[in-house]
Amino acid sequence: MKGKNSAGFFALVISIIAIPFIITNDYYIGVLVFAAFNCLACIGLCLLMGYAGQISIGHGAFVAIGAYTSGILTSKLAWSPWLAMLCGVLIVIVVAFSLGIPALRLKGHYLAMATLGFASIVHIVAVAAVDLTGGPSGIVNIPRLDLFGYVLNSDTQYYYFSWSVVALAVFIAFNLVNSRVGRGLQAIHGSEDAASSLGINITSYKVQIFILSAVFSSISGSLYAYYMNYIDPGPFGVMHSVLLVTMVAVGGLHNIWGALIGAIALSLLPEFLSFLSDYLQVLGIHYQPDYDTLVYGSILLIIMLFLPEGIFDGLASTLRGSKSFYGKLAGRRTGRVQ
Amino acid sequence: MNHTDGTFIDVLQFLILGIQRGSIYAMVAMGFNMIYNATGIINFAQGEFVVLGGLMMVTLTMAFNLSIVFSFILTVLFVIVVGILMERLTINPVKHPTVLRLIIITIAVSIIIKGVAMCFWGKGSHYMRHFSGTAPLEFFGATILPQTLWIFAILFFVVIAYIIFFNYTMTGKCMRACAINRDAARLAGINDRKMVMLSFALSAGIGAIAGIIITPIIQMDYARGAMLGLKGFGAAVLGGLGNSMGAVVAGVLLGVLEALGAGYISSHYMDAIALVILLFVLFIRPSGILGSSEAMRLKEF
Repeated sequence: MKGKNSAGFFALVISIIAIPFIITNDYYIGVLVFAAFNCLACIGLCLLMGYAGQISIGHGAFVAIGAYTSGILTSKLAWSPWLAMLCGVLIVIVVAFSLGIPALRLKGHYLAMATLGFASIVHIVAVAAVDLTGGPSGIVNIPRLDLFGYVLNSDTQYYYFSWSVVALAVFIAFNLVNSRVGRGLQAIHGSEDAASSLGINITSYKVQIFILSAVFSSISGSLYAYYMNYIDPGPFGVMHSVLLVTMVAVGGLHNIWGALIGAIALSLLPEFLSFLSDYLQVLGIHYQPDYDTLVYGSILLIIMLFLPEGIFDGLASTLRGSKSFYGKLAGRRTGRVQ
Repeated sequence: MNHTDGTFIDVLQFLILGIQRGSIYAMVAMGFNMIYNATGIINFAQGEFVVLGGLMMVTLTMAFNLSIVFSFILTVLFVIVVGILMERLTINPVKHPTVLRLIIITIAVSIIIKGVAMCFWGKGSHYMRHFSGTAPLEFFGATILPQTLWIFAILFFVVIAYIIFFNYTMTGKCMRACAINRDAARLAGINDRKMVMLSFALSAGIGAIAGIIITPIIQMDYARGAMLGLKGFGAAVLGGLGNSMGAVVAGVLLGVLEALGAGYISSHYMDAIALVILLFVLFIRPSGILGSSEAMRLKEF
């Protein structure tokens, strides 16, 4: 990592440390823990979508596989949470490999539909395989995670732990992006034929990044299971996969920071809306949580129509634009030739 | 002897159920194909048109007590307007379309339609009266609902109308010309932008019809769009994307396989059967079993 990115990373670490001192309400810390899970999955998805240019509307399935593997192994077989998480990662690697090899030969709409179909199948299995997954009633008694024999009991402890994982993921992602592999992926995004003529093994690169992004999702699912101590198929529907894509797209596909901002913004949105609803009440508008879906869709549509590069790049280029605008003004005033 | 009779009746019953489901998939697939042919876009909001058609019909027939025929026409017109609005407001203004951006835009529209449907019609499923009674008819020992016959008849009618429109009317021929080669069509004086709008209108209309005729049987709710869309896409791919007659055959085939799978393997995994078939077709032969691989070589998968 260099330059602006390392400054950004430093700012991220500082804010992670500082926020619990500013926000002391356990509920909001809990909301931020959920935001961390989404961030983790979105960083992986951003590597796949933004850098390698491959769409996946199926990463919610990898989150589900991670969560269910952790849940089943710890609650029914009394495995250690860490071992169960590792096992979830291994299963996801195998699944992502066997799905990725045939699926990543497809492009665009076909890949999107194939991954969406996969996500849907995983959700159906989670509901129907009652013996294994508990069906609609789910799995209870999932233990909390322990760190060196020290159980993470409070929300603040879990907050620090999960955001450390996010920081680690950001670090890994930036190192990957600025490596030979990252440049290869961007070449694939530009043109597969050109990349392949330069000696980049496109199939192997695409499958590897697909697996890596799936592993990020799997870990996010495991952490979710340990935090909630309970899982059911509800949050792992197709909509969750769509939501992850939404987060990455809203924040900005081509930038890890964009994915983080999108994930945080949309994770906090329901809280913000319920906060806003008190004020709308005064104006005579009865806002209900049911409207959230509509708001999500509208935000996504508006961003895609007017800021197709996402909030992050959109704001950055607006800032740059205004800077050069003011620069020009200043230049004119002092009589400098541009 | 009795046993074999029972088996025959079972199979026949599953076939009827399968063709009934398949008719809906076929119509969703035809909707996918129309937009795909005109624009190269897969419309992720296709399933939402079906839901909207079903729910609007429920309101008009059950709450406003309008006649079936009148509500049918009003509902189709309503969904066509939604389709046109979608094209005008979200597809037409995009200056630099990339596949990823278009996919996300149609997903956004599907989320919005779903959100609106949830606000207006709530989360429950809605009962709608059948077109002509619920007394089942006997058919070689199996039973068949009058509504099922309506579904078969309307699919037949839609297919005939489709063939007449695309082969014997000027507008239909213009749309086909645009699908084959947009630049050449434009040179010949065809307004290709108008054809894109028309394709969304027709696609929405056909989706609405599918929603209207299946609602008395499945009791529509706001969340069904994604699954209907996915299975319809499965039918479209199986029949060779862009090939609507292939889609009809494939849709019916998919419905029958699903019904047989649900009957003989497991009803819990019924929804997964069509999706597994979709994945296998995509992975092994993305040009579809009924599409010619020659023509498909020109397309990008």
